[in-house]
Amino acid sequence: MKEKKNVRGKIFATVAIGLVLIIVILGLLQRLVMPKYMGEVKEGALIGEYYDENKDFDVVFIGDCEVYENFVPAVLWENYGINSYIRGSAQQLIWQSYYLAEETLTYETPDVIVFNVLALQYNEPQKEAYNRMTIDGMRWSPSKVGSIQASMMEDENFIEYVFPLLRYHDRWSALEKEDFTYLFGAEKVGHNGYYMQVGIEPVEYIPEGRRLGDYSFGDNAWSYMDKMVALCEEKGVELVLIKAPSLYPEWYDEWDVQVEEYAAEHNLKYINFLECTEEIGLDYSTDTYDAGLHLNLYGAVKLTDYFGEYLVTECGLEDRRREEALAAEWEVKLERFYEQKEELEALEEEK
Amino acid sequence: MDRLLEILSDLHPEIDFEECTTLIDDGILDSFDIVSLISEINEEYDVVISAEYIVPENFNSAEALYALIEKLEEE
Amino acid sequence: MLFTSYRFLAFLLVLFVLYYVIPKKTQWMLLLVASYVFYAFAGWEYFIFMGITTLSTYGAGLLIDRNHSRQKAYLAEHKAELSKEEKKAYKEKQKNKRFAIMVVCLVLNFGILAVLKYTNFMIANINGVLEMTGSDKVLAFQDLILPLGISFYTFQSMGYLIDIHRGKYGAQKNVLKFALFVSFFPQLIQGPISRYDDLEKGLFGQHAFDWHTVSFGLQRILWGYFKKLVIADRMLIGVNAIIGDTESFTGFYVFLGMLFYALQLYADFTGGIDITIGIAQVLGIKMQENFNRPYFSKGIKEYWRRWHISLGAWFTDYLFYPISVCKPMLKVSKWSRKLLGEQVGKRVPVYAASIAVWFVTGIWHGAAWNFIVWGLGNCFFIMLSQECEPLYEKFHNRFAVKEKMWFKAFQIGRTFLLMSSLRMLDCYRDVPMTFRMFGSMFTDWNIGEVLSTGIWNLGLGLHDYIVLLIGIVILLTVSLVGRRGSVRDKIASKPMWVSMAVFGGMFIAVILFGAYGMGYDASQFIYNQF
Repeated sequence: MKEKKNVRGKIFATVAIGLVLIIVILGLLQRLVMPKYMGEVKEGALIGEYYDENKDFDVVFIGDCEVYENFVPAVLWENYGINSYIRGSAQQLIWQSYYLAEETLTYETPDVIVFNVLALQYNEPQKEAYNRMTIDGMRWSPSKVGSIQASMMEDENFIEYVFPLLRYHDRWSALEKEDFTYLFGAEKVGHNGYYMQVGIEPVEYIPEGRRLGDYSFGDNAWSYMDKMVALCEEKGVELVLIKAPSLYPEWYDEWDVQVEEYAAEHNLKYINFLECTEEIGLDYSTDTYDAGLHLNLYGAVKLTDYFGEYLVTECGLEDRRREEALAAEWEVKLERFYEQKEELEALEEEK
Repeated sequence: MDRLLEILSDLHPEIDFEECTTLIDDGILDSFDIVSLISEINEEYDVVISAEYIVPENFNSAEALYALIEKLEEE
Repeated sequence: MLFTSYRFLAFLLVLFVLYYVIPKKTQWMLLLVASYVFYAFAGWEYFIFMGITTLSTYGAGLLIDRNHSRQKAYLAEHKAELSKEEKKAYKEKQKNKRFAIMVVCLVLNFGILAVLKYTNFMIANINGVLEMTGSDKVLAFQDLILPLGISFYTFQSMGYLIDIHRGKYGAQKNVLKFALFVSFFPQLIQGPISRYDDLEKGLFGQHAFDWHTVSFGLQRILWGYFKKLVIADRMLIGVNAIIGDTESFTGFYVFLGMLFYALQLYADFTGGIDITIGIAQVLGIKMQENFNRPYFSKGIKEYWRRWHISLGAWFTDYLFYPISVCKPMLKVSKWSRKLLGEQVGKRVPVYAASIAVWFVTGIWHGAAWNFIVWGLGNCFFIMLSQECEPLYEKFHNRFAVKEKMWFKAFQIGRTFLLMSSLRMLDCYRDVPMTFRMFGSMFTDWNIGEVLSTGIWNLGLGLHDYIVLLIGIVILLTVSLVGRRGSVRDKIASKPMWVSMAVFGGMFIAVILFGAYGMGYDASQFIYNQF
């Protein structure tokens, strides 16, 4: 009898150890095959970096590349003592922005949330790869679930977000060095969510925007705008709408009117930076790294400085440079910021 | 019975049909054999073995087959 | 719901758990509900057709069964008073009644199948004839639905009906139980075509949870997914590339495509059947095997006893024998023997029935001339080998090679190549194209080009070939080991950690190396369409 029990125990132990081993192996494989976003496409790493922060921000930017390429939190701190963070990702769709805002507000309550309105143009999910860049970096929360459900394309499955191995399993044949180097942790890419670019490519011509049949934003997009407004209201956060001064993709006047009306109706601030490029002092022959799509660091510094002024005067944000702990934190961040700036500029010189 | 054994030996001379009881199970008789067998039996005994009787139990041995023929003759 | 969808796996998981939690008496009801849920995912409108088949076969079965018992009772009751002739007349009358009921039901069900499946094929042929005669009339194609699994469940139900008519077993009295027999979900997509007496006990019995059975079932399912996802679906990329471009891919490419397709079809079909039988096993239901290492067959007839066994057996029992031994055929046989002599004459019934069976087998696989030619091609080679039998015998009497390894290997290779060549008719657009591609194997000598650069143009990279090669080696090993008893038994007899390693490794391999998800078209099981 005792012997039988022993055998059973042994079997049980073998099965248990075996299962744990299989799960560990699968877990490692999952880490291995998931894109690291450390090579050419670094933007995918941005969203996940937020969780390492102390999450005590005055301003949180939310939106697509027009926020993470165009605003520099370091400048807001240096010039105005504003502690800010950008939760931006490539082609972030408005429902993804909403859920990121929702998630952020479970960690902290900033004074201002800034949302870039370009995303209103999309009423449906666009591309699986961009969904992944925005969502995979998020930690699990009801917001992440909501974001996945709102974003999935027809051929996507929820379970592939739960176990990304099922999505990326096929990358086993395309593994690169970085997949091994960054197996257990990535390098930091962003500077409080800002993705630094120092190249210069002047604007030579602006492709004319395609005429659209219908300029009104879609219902789905608007519904998330409404939700965002309601969310901010509920949490007592001021929502500021902006349109970054990227020359294209085209920001149609018809679109601008709709946002203006919406802002007025809901008592929101809305700044279309395209209308104040001169005041900002933007020079499109030096201030963009890709001929007008995004600003480079020099343009972003100008824009951020301009916007900092606005945040202080219009939103009443206070200077926090006297807070010792925060200042110490920023000292480290700024050091890294300037180090990378020098590095990148040196690289640019070589070109 | 002897006549039946003769018919069977014509099909497969190498098999001892008096002893073998796994003609179907071992694949000795295939569907072609069975059909020729049935038409021979039809000639010889004037009974019709219709498709419903083509089950392994009836064809596994000469004895079983003969029993089937006798049963059908009676009807 | 495809076998390879996440939804199906979730469905299975829920079913397996529920199945062993609910009272055992209700297990079969759960299976019926599950099967109907599964079917509903394919399309609600399909239920009409399955409903007609279920109800008509159920009803006809009952009527025939009742007639059987009534006849028995009547004869027993009036044993004394009836003369032999009267008895015979009575029997004959009842027999005709039963036959009529069966025929009505057969015509109805095969009629539905024929209309849905073959109308457009007929229209295309009629249009072809019209065109040849110079008529400018063209019949319009009909927009018909083809309910999921209709070929399989129709055949399975009709097999039941014929068996009832033959008095092989009694009819199922419970219409819901019968509905389960018709709709049992694991076999809907691609068979096997089960017999009622094989399935009855398993389907309606009570099953206690048995770790051994359940784990073996799960292992079989996993093995099925391995074949399907790792081998078949990856191979499919190459197959599609080759058959998709008949301009570029001729000569040795065609040969390569033929081999690829042979492996892909085998892995896909047997993998699907492994999943089906594995699911049934987890549920405690024993299902008949549908394959027996067919590619190791030494001849075509043997091959067809080992490939898609349930279909071949169905055709033999319900079509081949009824045709070849029916009274008119026996008359034909007598007459032909007189007319053509003993040797030729006795072949008439067998060959006539064979041609009919293979014609139907062909058209069962698809409403196209490709499949008809394929079926008759099989028939031709079977007859040819039958006719060559005396020659073979002479050869074997002269040379003692029959038991030699290399000769067996030669026979196996010959059979494999022959079956693979015929199967090319599955692949290409039409019959002339198939023959042209087949011919190009012997006229376009591009083997050097194909092996040096060509294999990289098929959408498969080095890593794909490596996975395929390893997969095939595993497949072959399992096949060879399996000749002497169950592979799972062998693994289970080893220490526990061995099976953990084997099946854990296989699970990881399926997840990592399976050709599924983004970038792979959800390729359906090939037999879905039949």
